[in-house]
Amino acid sequence: MNDVHVAGVGIHPFGRFEDRTITDMGVSAVRSALAEAGVTKGGFQAAFCATAYGGVASGHKVLSRIGMTGMPIVDVEAGCASGGAALMLGAGAIRAGAYDTVLVFGVEKMPKGMIRSSFFEPWQEESGLAATPAYFALRAQRLMQDSGVTKDHLAGVVVKNRRHGVHNPDAMFRSEVDVRSVLASRVVSEPLHLWMLCTPNEGAAAVVLSRADGDNSRGRVRLRAAVLRSHVPGSVLNESTPMSGLVDDSVPAATTLAATAAYEEAGVGPEDLDVVECQDTDAARELLSYEELGLCKPGGAAALADERATELGGRIPVNPSGGLLSKGEPLGASALGQVVTLVHQLRGEAGHNQVEGARVALAHTVGRGANASVVVLSL
Amino acid sequence: MSVHGVARPVREGLFTDTEPPRLLASRCDACGRHQFPRSDTCPYCAADGALPVELSGTGRLWTWTAVTTAPPGYRGEVPYGFGVVELPEGLRVVSRLTEPDPARLSAGQPMRLVVVPVQVDEDGQVLSYAFAPQDRP
Repeated sequence: MNDVHVAGVGIHPFGRFEDRTITDMGVSAVRSALAEAGVTKGGFQAAFCATAYGGVASGHKVLSRIGMTGMPIVDVEAGCASGGAALMLGAGAIRAGAYDTVLVFGVEKMPKGMIRSSFFEPWQEESGLAATPAYFALRAQRLMQDSGVTKDHLAGVVVKNRRHGVHNPDAMFRSEVDVRSVLASRVVSEPLHLWMLCTPNEGAAAVVLSRADGDNSRGRVRLRAAVLRSHVPGSVLNESTPMSGLVDDSVPAATTLAATAAYEEAGVGPEDLDVVECQDTDAARELLSYEELGLCKPGGAAALADERATELGGRIPVNPSGGLLSKGEPLGASALGQVVTLVHQLRGEAGHNQVEGARVALAHTVGRGANASVVVLSL
Repeated sequence: MSVHGVARPVREGLFTDTEPPRLLASRCDACGRHQFPRSDTCPYCAADGALPVELSGTGRLWTWTAVTTAPPGYRGEVPYGFGVVELPEGLRVVSRLTEPDPARLSAGQPMRLVVVPVQVDEDGQVLSYAFAPQDRP
């Protein structure tokens, strides 16, 4: 099988941009990635565009604008993991020998406020059961019951990520907060306060993948694994948002399924990771991800946070970009945004947020479907 | 509370029109696992022909919170309780809770199924299921 390299990356900042269309943002990110990779018209043989709310032919609109069509352009929806799904398809096609160079990008312009999802049925909406942040709260409450996680730990995740986000020019929120102010923000659904939830927003990110061809030139980042998994049934709190589940705590999470497969594919384990970007849709989701990704033992998230291991300068920095809590979450772009930031880390181009000597990096997203993606990158 | 008159369920096939009410589920003939809402095909073993059953009306609280802002498509009152209750059939069910104050609920607390109005429109009350603390009305 062919090895896959990341030949170039590009990002349009995440935030709110009244004067720009979703296509404008996509063009900006795609142009940057193509320029970095030195790829021009005719230089890639397929394109995969991730979006959840972009609508029909989002990818075609972006590539039409820059005069680069004719090749297969496939729009991909996998909720919060849409970008991971697009990356899996692009990498798989190169590995299989179908293409030499593939463009993978993600675009999003999310509606404002609590988002109405076509996922729920009318009876669920009318019964008040389509309350997405409340499902996060049920999971957070359970995490607190099952382990030593407290509300201070939840606030601590926000403080850490917002501190990291100060130095990320592509983040939406770039000011520090403290535990007291996080806990003083409005309770959305106990134990989750407003500032513990990420903000849906807008943005774009792009990655050019190429067949390695034995070219291991310095600075070329290797894509070691790009795995997507859905849920297996049984857990009532998994991201497929079922109305019932089993009294059985041994059902593996979609994230664990994806991580296990990605570690095997990449030939690395969690102990080999230097830097991680993970899904912090809410503060508890980040702590749960530590466990599901194997960064700590089950029940060990609070201890890992207490040890300050996941801060910049710690043993395994998590979300040095500021995470979704600082960047906001444009669904189709968020997973590829993680890949962009981790490529910068591996190249030593992350500026203030650089994890010194980073050689192996992991990106994780999980959301409705359920869809979980885990990407492993290395030098 | 009455489920008769102008009141109507939010969807047919979710709960019985009895006092006390029961949730309508299915039990897989092949693997024995339960599923709510009712489904012909078992989500666990993919066998067809699951049997309709009624679930126990009492269980224990497993996790809980409150919804403080009306979610999309919901026209009833806020805040309201929201949680998961464990039933003796080995099932955890997502449900509204009648108690809107999370501080008044605790893990393992006994709960019972009730039917509550979730909104009123020109045709009358729309009813859905909820769990109430067993020791409170």
